[in-house]
Amino acid sequence: MNKTIITHEQKRINRQKKRQEFWKQVKKSRVSYSMVAPFLIIFFTFTVLPVLMSFFLSFTSFDMLQAPKFIGLDNYINLFLNDEVFLIAIKNTFILAVVTGPVSYILAFVFAWLIHELPRKIRWLMTLVFYAPSISGSAYLLWQLIFSSDMYGVLNATLIHLGVINAPILWLETPRYALPILIIVQLWLSLGVTFLAFIAGLQTVDRTLYEAAAIDGLRNRWQELWFITLPQMKSQLMFGAVMQITSALGIAAVSINLLGFPSVEYSGHTIVTHLMDFGSTNSTRLEMGYASAIATVLFFIMLGSNLIVQKIIRRVGS
Amino acid sequence: MRKKTATPLVNEQERSQMIQDLKVQELEWYKQKRKFKKYRRVRLSRSWVGDIFVVLVLVLFGSFSAYPLVYTISNSLKGLDEIFVFPPRLFPRNVTFRNFVDLFNLIGNTQIPISRYFINTLTITLFGTAGHVLLSSLCAYPLSKHRFPGRHLINQLVVYSLMFSAAVTAIPSYMIISWLGLIDTQLAIIIPAFGFTLGLFLMRQFMNVIPNELLEAAKIDGASEYQIFFRIVMPLVKPAWLTLIILLFQQLWGTDGGSYIFTENLKPLSYALSQIVAGGVARTGTAAAVTVIMLIVPISVFIFNQTKMLETMAHSGLK
Repeated sequence: MNKTIITHEQKRINRQKKRQEFWKQVKKSRVSYSMVAPFLIIFFTFTVLPVLMSFFLSFTSFDMLQAPKFIGLDNYINLFLNDEVFLIAIKNTFILAVVTGPVSYILAFVFAWLIHELPRKIRWLMTLVFYAPSISGSAYLLWQLIFSSDMYGVLNATLIHLGVINAPILWLETPRYALPILIIVQLWLSLGVTFLAFIAGLQTVDRTLYEAAAIDGLRNRWQELWFITLPQMKSQLMFGAVMQITSALGIAAVSINLLGFPSVEYSGHTIVTHLMDFGSTNSTRLEMGYASAIATVLFFIMLGSNLIVQKIIRRVGS
Repeated sequence: MRKKTATPLVNEQERSQMIQDLKVQELEWYKQKRKFKKYRRVRLSRSWVGDIFVVLVLVLFGSFSAYPLVYTISNSLKGLDEIFVFPPRLFPRNVTFRNFVDLFNLIGNTQIPISRYFINTLTITLFGTAGHVLLSSLCAYPLSKHRFPGRHLINQLVVYSLMFSAAVTAIPSYMIISWLGLIDTQLAIIIPAFGFTLGLFLMRQFMNVIPNELLEAAKIDGASEYQIFFRIVMPLVKPAWLTLIILLFQQLWGTDGGSYIFTENLKPLSYALSQIVAGGVARTGTAAAVTVIMLIVPISVFIFNQTKMLETMAHSGLK
């Protein structure tokens, strides 16, 4: 009996001590907090708070004019059971993400790996060539000219000239071609930061490791790649995966600008365009609660796939 | 009674010794960095077939990547008749600057002078970029080098925030911006840009590489945290700021004000130019000229800073 009282008492004291220690630490790090604060205030206001708000709004009916009204899971039920367009959007988003995500990731790595061995000046030029599309802003609109449906469109003209087809094809208006076109343009656009991270990562791999491995009996470059290069740049690989997944699941601007909004038979409709349809301030619907439910679903899809892929990449080279 | 003139903690000789040490360390660090730049790869078994294959792949994909941009540039130099030649030519036969002249004429006829739009874009880009670089490095320094309660949580949040795109937060962000009364001001674009987390992340990763001894030596010398930050850390992470400048510059340069800015004379350049492009088929050439003009700036910023940017990216890893 007495013993337990003592241990309780001790626990209480220990806890108090810990708390005091904690506050002491907090006070000691005042300067650190003052440095972190300005950025974090903005980060919380424009990133963390919106995520939480969108989560709460997703359980309400809200049109920006009247106060939000709590309606439980209705938005989610409607989304998955009554909204056929949403199911198309999910399907398209997954097809786009499953193709463009891994392909652009692998291409970024392969190009980085090939370029890395070239002489410096050529390497510089090729880096520019592969990175330029992703900083060229709205230049992807040029693809409109390439896929243009009259016979002056570059693709139609070339095919007619070669005798493959004899009448122009309505590339951007035919649902069958919508996803392939989006995939091509997205791949063109999406090497970006990932590619740069890979090039830089390859440059930091410790060169003595290659020499040691050559002595230890590594035969070919594939073994070298798998056992040395990839494990050495695992952290860049993870970073690249995050960037690629996030952009592959967020495809929207390309679809809207090339295929129109909404696209023919929703052939290029993605989760993000669906979200914009209901929740953008330019849209006439202004169903913010419903749009927030879409945003929340998207948020969990993005976060979930990132975490899964990270788990996979951790295993590389083991 | 206390002495009024406190004896300094370290005497003059020790102090100069410390400064000497500091310089040596810094030099060492730079040497390491230089080694990383110069480094060339040991070549394992390779064959000429493989080499030719590599060159082929690079040329093929390289031209796929470059083609649309080259085509835009060449279109901007073609006359209208030549743009619609069948079959299309990649390079213009008669180079003309008529599209650019047309563009300037069109711009001259708008109600609001083009310089207004240009200044708007410049304001947004410069303030947004400068604020972001300053705030994110100020935040990255303690996150990388200090130990304080909450640091782990913040680092974790930053990584998670890289995992979703801005579309997720678009609606609540609009509400917050309107509550703050920023709608229809350029601040609606500038202030959220400060909190761009990819920048903070890259900056923090880069700062992790700075040797702690360097900072401790400065601390012993009596420098305050802010002095250390501005005098030692900031000059050392120059490649990282250039990277953030490129990333943000490119984002803000292309902004068209979205749904945040309504007033015509507050709108950015990209909006004005998109109105010209909307003029239809007859303006295809002018549209190409517009794209080229919008393209030149971010690409040349990248061209001049490629090496620095790669240096930052080398530390971009997630653990």
